[in-house]
Amino acid sequence: MAEAPRMPDETGVPEMDAYLHPVLKKNYGDWKWHDRPRPGVLHHVANSGDEIWTVRAGTQRQMDVYTIRKLMDIADEFAEGYVRFTIRSNIEYMVSEESKVQPLIDKLNAEGFPIGGTGNSVSMISHTQGWLHCDIPGTDASGAVKALMDELYDEFTKEEMPNRVRITTSCCQINCGGQGDIAINIQHTKPPKIDHDQVANVCERPSVVARCPVAAIRPAVVNGKPSLEVDEKKCICCGACFPPCPPMQINDPEHSKFAIWVGGKNSNARSKPTFHKLVAAGVPNNPPRWPEVSDVVKKILAAYKEDAKDWERIGEWAERIGWPRFFEKTGLPFTKYHIDNWRGGRANLNASAHIRF
Amino acid sequence: MAKPMHDTPMLDQLESGPWPSFVTGLKRLANDNDMMVDLMGQLETSYETRKGYWKGGTVGVIGYGGGVIPRFTELKDENDKALYPEAAEFHTLRIMPPPGMHYDTNTIRKFCDIWEEHGSGLIAFHGQSGDIMFQGCTTDKVQPAFDELNEMGFDMGGAGPAVRTGMSCVGAARCEQSCFDEGRTMRTLVNNALDDLHRPALPYKMKYKVSGCPNDCMNSIQRADFATIGTWRDDMKVDQVEVKNYVETRGRKYIIDNVITRCPTQALSLNDDDTLDVDNKNCVRCMHCINVMTKALSPGDDKGVSILIGGKRTLKIGDLMGTVIVPFHKLETDEDFEWLEELATEVLDFFAENALEHERTGEMIERIGLTNFLEGIGIEIDPNMIERPRMNPYVRTDDWDEEAAKWNERQAAQ
Repeated sequence: MAEAPRMPDETGVPEMDAYLHPVLKKNYGDWKWHDRPRPGVLHHVANSGDEIWTVRAGTQRQMDVYTIRKLMDIADEFAEGYVRFTIRSNIEYMVSEESKVQPLIDKLNAEGFPIGGTGNSVSMISHTQGWLHCDIPGTDASGAVKALMDELYDEFTKEEMPNRVRITTSCCQINCGGQGDIAINIQHTKPPKIDHDQVANVCERPSVVARCPVAAIRPAVVNGKPSLEVDEKKCICCGACFPPCPPMQINDPEHSKFAIWVGGKNSNARSKPTFHKLVAAGVPNNPPRWPEVSDVVKKILAAYKEDAKDWERIGEWAERIGWPRFFEKTGLPFTKYHIDNWRGGRANLNASAHIRF
Repeated sequence: MAKPMHDTPMLDQLESGPWPSFVTGLKRLANDNDMMVDLMGQLETSYETRKGYWKGGTVGVIGYGGGVIPRFTELKDENDKALYPEAAEFHTLRIMPPPGMHYDTNTIRKFCDIWEEHGSGLIAFHGQSGDIMFQGCTTDKVQPAFDELNEMGFDMGGAGPAVRTGMSCVGAARCEQSCFDEGRTMRTLVNNALDDLHRPALPYKMKYKVSGCPNDCMNSIQRADFATIGTWRDDMKVDQVEVKNYVETRGRKYIIDNVITRCPTQALSLNDDDTLDVDNKNCVRCMHCINVMTKALSPGDDKGVSILIGGKRTLKIGDLMGTVIVPFHKLETDEDFEWLEELATEVLDFFAENALEHERTGEMIERIGLTNFLEGIGIEIDPNMIERPRMNPYVRTDDWDEEAAKWNERQAAQ
């Protein structure tokens, strides 16, 4: 009789105690205030009087074990053996003595890791998997992010923006990268090309039909085989049919473009959370460095940096100066595609006499 | 071993520049790892053709139905032979980190050793779902890799139509703005639903995110079906000496322009003696003034959480934010956490029974209406749940008097 297989220990999310820096553990839930002595460094003070300095460094997120071990060597030698990661894949080192901060920074810089991403900087771009690992990607993620962070390096290491800037990228319109002050997302521009020989084998047709947001897909028999057809006039090229039915080829090396969105905000600070808004589309998907994407992003950032008030996020700035001026200041063209015509879209039209001249 | 490298002229261009390069990391792995040699071959092909070449499949570990993201290459020659055979299988294991993503170096070194032995040596800290992503593994190595990670005390994350891996901010561990124990909350929510996490059988995904204050660093309102956000219901704490220090060092104009006038409900006023006047009844706990004057202002003492349901991104009906269903609840005692567990179970059960296939909680609420949802999970209505009352007259109000009586009764009971 074969040996019984090992069943998993269904332990779920582990307790954090074993992984927590001792000063964080001791002062859990009992912190008093914090400041930022310099970009990339946080300084927290507990009610007990204990202090902790956090040094934040950018990483490439997709890390080889050699890079990770190097980061751990630095943690053991220059910090205190504990690290954590932020939601944007920055690594944080905690040290309990201020004197350790500068040598740690020097070592990280010497090994090629930028220090920053705190406060009113452009932090690391939160991104998706892309061609490296996704089954439905219109583009790569790691490469586009690497190229853009090379361009925005100084904005990561300095805190010179009016407020924090959170950029995201996504390789399809599902937008796994999430909302952002600036979001860089693939936007398909042509309906799917259907491989009719494959549909019956691969796809559960009713669920593909149900997946379409505009009811543009219907069952059909093509060349004697059960398949699907798309009403191309109705199709909004969102790609929702592609994940459940890969023969609905939506990715198009030539016609899948980038769209740039601005003004997404997760925080409740000042204004309520907001979704990002379309400002540019038709930007070419141009590996390995996607220079056209960088150009648009840098234009937006330059106008924001120049014109926004302290603490204004990109979306708050655009709402204050008005969208006509946003397009004027960024030099981006305003088109009929910016005018929302999805259900409820009239809420996004100007129903007032509030007009700036 | 030591398969020769493919030419990768496009990827090579991502080695230059100041930001850390993942390509340099891939190449280093490829020096003694044939899977990475071929992975780079396929990735370079994607860069040339602008097409992806992975398809999903069914790969898992014994006892679980999800958590492995299977990837098989579709880049094949006319005889159906993989062009990059060593990377023909390149699966990912999603593993759940501790809340707040804290680690000691030994744990991460062990991760590296395990993944060097069984996988490609490529790890992402972390994926958008909050998992540690161990990327690049053949089908036969998935089980031994998972077994070793599981022996270390780590468990598989969620994938597919299932409860997903949760996320919580650094919170109480290192942030004075924390309003509750985020780590315990995240573990309570996720570990209460492990069966639905490990064995995908829900209409679609269910995500829990936990942020210690309304700065919502975990993006929970927009990304979570079940968002738990810290808040407080007594007065915000003001250290007037520190307020005066801020005015003195930053200048009165700076404080007026960046604190006083930025308050969304005009609840702040700077007094003639440079102390701060706060209209706490009209403070909406947005966090802005506290973010600016971290030393002078902080959340009150009577802390708890707000809960919002139904956030999600685009597909199918468009972006949806979460909606308040619990304006405030304490989250301190064991009883409080039991209440949370029960509420989460109600929400999950209602979702499992009532959502259509591929429908998220937000879409379900959009379809059935908030009041039906609240009735289903046993929560009373509250005016904090709305932005404004209904603006259209298309409603039947037959039993208005009874409903008004219910409200009056509840008010009288308080």
